[in-house]
Amino acid sequence: MRTENSDYRPSKFSLFWKKYSTGYIMLAPFAVLFCLFIILPVIVAVVISFTDYNMFDHFSFVGFKNYELLILDDDIFWTAMRNTLVFALIVGPIGYFLSFFAAWVLNQIKFRNAFALAFYAPSITSGIAMSSVWLYIFSSDRYGLINNVLINFGITDDPILWTQDPKYILTVIIIISIWMSMGTGFLVFLAGLQNVDVTIYEAGAIDGINNRFQELKYLTLPQIKPQLMFGAITAVTNSFGVFDVAVAVAGMPSPNYAGHTVVAHLYDYAFIRFQMGYASAIATILFILTFALGKGLIRALSERG
Amino acid sequence: MSIQKTHNLKSRFLWCLVYGLLILLALFTCLPLVYLISTAFKPMSELYLFPPQFFVKHPTLDNFSTLLVSLSSSAVPFTRYIFNSFFITAIIVCGTVFASTMGAYALVKHHPPGSKLFFNLVVAALMFSPYVTQIPRFIIINSIGLKSSLLAVILPAIASAYNFFLIKQFIEQLPDTMIEAARIDGAGEFFIYRKIVMPMLAPAWSTLIVFSFVSSWNDFFSPLIYIKDVAMKTLPLALNTIASGGSGIGRAGAVAASAMITTLPTVIIFTVMQRKVMQTMMYSGIKG
Repeated sequence: MRTENSDYRPSKFSLFWKKYSTGYIMLAPFAVLFCLFIILPVIVAVVISFTDYNMFDHFSFVGFKNYELLILDDDIFWTAMRNTLVFALIVGPIGYFLSFFAAWVLNQIKFRNAFALAFYAPSITSGIAMSSVWLYIFSSDRYGLINNVLINFGITDDPILWTQDPKYILTVIIIISIWMSMGTGFLVFLAGLQNVDVTIYEAGAIDGINNRFQELKYLTLPQIKPQLMFGAITAVTNSFGVFDVAVAVAGMPSPNYAGHTVVAHLYDYAFIRFQMGYASAIATILFILTFALGKGLIRALSERG
Repeated sequence: MSIQKTHNLKSRFLWCLVYGLLILLALFTCLPLVYLISTAFKPMSELYLFPPQFFVKHPTLDNFSTLLVSLSSSAVPFTRYIFNSFFITAIIVCGTVFASTMGAYALVKHHPPGSKLFFNLVVAALMFSPYVTQIPRFIIINSIGLKSSLLAVILPAIASAYNFFLIKQFIEQLPDTMIEAARIDGAGEFFIYRKIVMPMLAPAWSTLIVFSFVSSWNDFFSPLIYIKDVAMKTLPLALNTIASGGSGIGRAGAVAASAMITTLPTVIIFTVMQRKVMQTMMYSGIKG
């Protein structure tokens, strides 16, 4: 069917239109919105990052000036970058492996729907709503759950300033985010595991595989590779996009920028200072980073096994 | 799971360990939710109890009535935020289901030229952090005059690469036979989409309902930027205002109650749709 278009000539336009018009019309609503709000913005972001656009004045192209300022002079950007990398390197892998582990075990036991709800619920709750709970748990006064326990057991005399002391802010954000990150990865893994053909385990047993952990390594993992990849990409995108939990826990700007993330920095310049050119340079760097990492993970996972 | 393995002591010990970890994990994920619900029903005396208690002793609905009654004397009653959230979410959910199913169906079963390129763009878009597109989206929305319209929140939410991707993977598993039979019988394409494709896709669009409901219900960023009219603000914004705004003795209770009201609908919709979600998720994944 598709080879017909390769020798498509204008004279055949009506034929072509007759054949594909329905397809194009049906695809149009999504395609238009997708191009307008996702593809076009990415292109525009890259272009604006080379200008001094600020929403009010006439703008001009400034070459790589924004990138120079950002990389060479902006210490807060590097604080944000460091926080985001630390965050992503901890939350990404831990969330990924915890959700896989949970899915793998759940798939082998009873009451899996009830357990699935328990694990999935955190990621469908509003980050804003749940941060009020976490703020109680990590509250910096004696009323906070953790401080209360620590004081009762005599571990500390004075309450620890979990959300105010720069030493602890990032740790608190990481713990809350791990809690929330069990989400889509978990569901995808669980569904993938349920779809594995059970006969391969019988064949494996004949071939000398004698426990569940060997089974996992040699039989299960290769079978659910597409799901593992999908989960990895969502994990990367989510862990580099941390923003609302960080703001809810530590405020904005956070004490000593201890909870400042790249997205928070972007938000600061874009929607508080309206320096769109500069903010777009931040966005472009974030985009290159997540895209490269996502692509790299796809490549790494498809080479193995 | 099919195989029955040798039940020696070592593997039994390992399984105990695994179950132990699993229960710890369940406690870790569930406790904050349990606390959220428990706190929402605490009377004033227990909210400020020292040392604080995890579970409520004398449950009361006071916090909810404070939220719904006393705040209703203010300019915008709390129920208005609930309505706003449901209203905006409902439009986004309908739009997402309609645009994604129809688009993905056209892509898979009609494959007009350019489909492959388009789908590659969708896969690439899975890797964009949503925040990256926020600034230029803001500029685009400004320049097409949607700045102070609810459409600024609604339209971009419909263009979700993630949802389109899921539906597309699901449609690929559908057999062509019914569609072709209907075509031979002279059915129009939109008739086929409505009467044959949509019923077969029921589990898939049920999943979409859950995903788009959850993401637009919880969305904080775009309502924060685009909704300037106080009367149109959504629940997460209202909750944030209550949580960070002026203190006052009733605040802790009002925060707990509104946090619970904000959280409950997503949990309910997931519980109801869970079976269908599981059915759909089997077809997700990227072929490497």
